[in-house]
Amino acid sequence: MWLFTSSVGRKVVMSVTGLALILFITFHMAMNLVAIFSAEGYNMVCEFLGANWYALVATVALAGLVFIHFAYAFWLTWLNRQARGNQRYAVTSKPKAVEWASQNMFVLGLIVILGLLLHLFNFWFNMQFAEIMHKDLVDMGGGALIAPHDGAAFIAYTFSKVWYVVLYLVWLCALWFHLTHGFWSALQTLGWNNQIWIERWRVISYVYSSIIIGGFALVVVWFYVKSLL
Amino acid sequence: MEKNINVKLKIWRQRGPKAKGEFKTYEMKDIPTDTSFLETMDILNEELISRGEEPIVFDHDCREGICGMCSLYINGHPHGPATGATTCQMYMRRFADGETITVEPWRSAGFPVIRDLMVDRSAYDKIMQAGGYTSVNTGAPQDANAILIPKDVADEAMDAAACIGCGACVAACKNGSAMLFVSAKVSQLNLLPQGKPEAAKRAKAMLAKMDELGFGNCTNTRACEAECPKCVSISHIARLNRHFIGAKLKD
Repeated sequence: MWLFTSSVGRKVVMSVTGLALILFITFHMAMNLVAIFSAEGYNMVCEFLGANWYALVATVALAGLVFIHFAYAFWLTWLNRQARGNQRYAVTSKPKAVEWASQNMFVLGLIVILGLLLHLFNFWFNMQFAEIMHKDLVDMGGGALIAPHDGAAFIAYTFSKVWYVVLYLVWLCALWFHLTHGFWSALQTLGWNNQIWIERWRVISYVYSSIIIGGFALVVVWFYVKSLL
Repeated sequence: MEKNINVKLKIWRQRGPKAKGEFKTYEMKDIPTDTSFLETMDILNEELISRGEEPIVFDHDCREGICGMCSLYINGHPHGPATGATTCQMYMRRFADGETITVEPWRSAGFPVIRDLMVDRSAYDKIMQAGGYTSVNTGAPQDANAILIPKDVADEAMDAAACIGCGACVAACKNGSAMLFVSAKVSQLNLLPQGKPEAAKRAKAMLAKMDELGFGNCTNTRACEAECPKCVSISHIARLNRHFIGAKLKD
């Protein structure tokens, strides 16, 4: 099967899963913005995406995408280190045209995964997972009890803690770098590129990543500031 | 303005493919800045021979930037700090007086070191043999202008054909990938009507050979494009991807 045995095939798997994940975080970001305008509206979204069969199927599919993207990243990085040979250069330099992110996608990806684990612990574990376990109220410690479908309350709770705000912003920063390269690189790998489009895709990558990460960061900062008032 | 400079050459010495290599530093005095880098290497080798030492082994041939033989990794760049030029086209005026210049061989699993600065690049020949040709019947050839080719297509194919197969793309790539070379060689034929009948087969065969010979997976860092002495664009890599994926989907 060429998706396993050829270098381009393996890269196609990375591209397709990566683009699907970009599509996912686009929706995720749009839903998060609802929380700024209306807590009720946001909770309606939370209820819709709670422990329903379609949301659970989508969650499993999403986990599958992340796993494939992650597993292939490990595999490709290992293969590429082997292809580099045993002896490293004594002197190396980075040409100006080479983006920093493009040479550090694996490290950035690891930061994204660590942030994802924290994020699952903060939200998914208390919301969808709590619903699966038929919990009516989640004890957040210090006497704070929140219902699993009350997403707005979880957001307000999490981003009132300054260390979570910092960790989330660092995480989003790593994701921004990852996306700026990942987006156009995915299209290049799929062959949808040429001399003219390469610069266009690169600009689109930067703009699109900035919009998405900006949207996520806005929610984090908004609720932190709100907690101070 | 020509002047004379003193430089230190820190050069990788390795007796054979299996031997352990190490850097040796050589002091070069009064080198005119109009000397080419390879001439400086020649001067050093003459001195080594006169002292009864083994001269440094390095690849070179035409010394005018078209054969693709010279292959030195100088101060962290394949073909040195000059852009759009091979090692033989680079002059000592690129370096400062008293500078230490580090010279290494290409380092990649696909290009094992033979001796000192010379590496085995026969992997590229094997990739070419896998599909870098067009099959034609022998006999009287038809007139070249009988097949009309749009100017932009001909230009694009010519830009791809500028690749001299030196291996700088692999040397520059953190993944040891030969995609820039393979894509240039696929492009130069696949773009033209004469190469079209075998386009899908060629893309599959040359890529499969590249993978088989231990080159890495391209991650689009664009280091190859930046270091290529012929400024071959990674848009050719996109074309190779397109032709390869298209061919696989059709199978």
